[in-house]
Amino acid sequence: MKALVGLSRAGDRAGLAAILVVLGIGAFGTERALAQAPPSKNQRSIYAVLEEAPEKARKKKNPFAEDSEAVAAGGKLFEQHCAECHGKKAGGTMHGANLLREEVQKAMPGTLFWILTNGVVRRGMPVWSKLPEPERWQIVTFLQSLWPQPIKPDIANPGGN
Amino acid sequence: MVAYVISALLEGKLSGFIPIALLLSLLFCGSSFVLGQESPYIVTYDHYLEEPGSLEVEYFSTFGTQRRGNDFDAFWTEFEYGTTAWWTTELYVDGQTTFNDSTIFTGFRVENRFRLLPREHLVNPALYIEYEQTSGADKIVKEVEGHDVESDYGPPNGILRKEHDHELEMKLLLSSTFKGWNVAVNPIFTKNLSPSEPWEFAYAVGASHPLALKASPNRCNFCRENFIAGVEMYGGLGNTRSAGLHDTSHYLAPEVAWNLPSDWTVRFSSSFGLNDNSHRLLLRWGLSREFSGFGEMIGRLFRGRP
Repeated sequence: MKALVGLSRAGDRAGLAAILVVLGIGAFGTERALAQAPPSKNQRSIYAVLEEAPEKARKKKNPFAEDSEAVAAGGKLFEQHCAECHGKKAGGTMHGANLLREEVQKAMPGTLFWILTNGVVRRGMPVWSKLPEPERWQIVTFLQSLWPQPIKPDIANPGGN
Repeated sequence: MVAYVISALLEGKLSGFIPIALLLSLLFCGSSFVLGQESPYIVTYDHYLEEPGSLEVEYFSTFGTQRRGNDFDAFWTEFEYGTTAWWTTELYVDGQTTFNDSTIFTGFRVENRFRLLPREHLVNPALYIEYEQTSGADKIVKEVEGHDVESDYGPPNGILRKEHDHELEMKLLLSSTFKGWNVAVNPIFTKNLSPSEPWEFAYAVGASHPLALKASPNRCNFCRENFIAGVEMYGGLGNTRSAGLHDTSHYLAPEVAWNLPSDWTVRFSSSFGLNDNSHRLLLRWGLSREFSGFGEMIGRLFRGRP
């Protein structure tokens, strides 16, 4: 309560105003982003997020396509950053989708790169833009090297669908 | 061993928080680990949050020189938990040793960070809200606020610890990553919850870049991609009664993070004071380890195994 009383001072009001301005910038951005999101998204399959990748992002070419060294490097990165949720063999767990599914394996490299970069924050997948672009492409190269593989999930009914 | 560490801590036989880090290592031995791609920043925050369900335990130490007083080593332990992909919560426990004086516990901080946008943009905002309850003897210099200057840290611990601060701190974390570069800017607003205290302002900015953008195919400790170099600048901007750069301190800090494949991250940073109000040198290092699946492990404790 004393703190609230303190806020009534002129100097404090100026500080509060500065914070509200800053918060307002963030709130405006959030509102804009939410407005752009499809309304029925929460009811759709997790794989439907692949369709949300913009056309420009889908068309991006993988600079490491069919590069065997990139497959190995991508495998190492996958184990370090992704296997905890998606399973060591990418077959999915309770927390992450099965990446051996046709929807993922037949997605364009640019789509997978876009998902890696932006995450699926509302569904618990963090953004991975902190990995440099070439490393993200190496992960995409590794993922697409897994196809064609027999679909053999790490646990029963993975991916949460 | 665990009991010994706890009893030694309670009896004050062991100084610092190294034993706490040791204790946690013992407690979490056997948990699964995941390699983080940690930035080298110590003061500045980028917009990246902890992975959901992961706990990161970090120990940091700051050695500071003091022109009118004894040099000190301040230390803190952080427990950072990824509650969701858009919310990270964190607890800090602070302490310090002032040479030729004493070693004391100086307080705690509880912090939350919220990601504001669901996707990546050119500039990504996140909101940081912290409550801290510290004594005037807290010397971790995790941020420099308002008119904080070197001479504030000069008096002996016996005097400084009598001052109690209850503060609310807010930061807007603006961060952008492009071509491997990360640039982060944090405007900082702090309010001591005592009614007579003004709002204080501060800033922290940082830039970092990994030494290599492409991963090598093999696991390696000394690969260039494991190192991220960066630089931070931070300082005070006065308060609502007297805003501006006069009587403020500022620092420039080159730094490096080493992300080891064995799941540890080591950070080194040297902050150089940029004016006469600043400490000449703040030498920092930190050690952290991420425990993935921590939330699930705790959940199992309460739900029981299927």
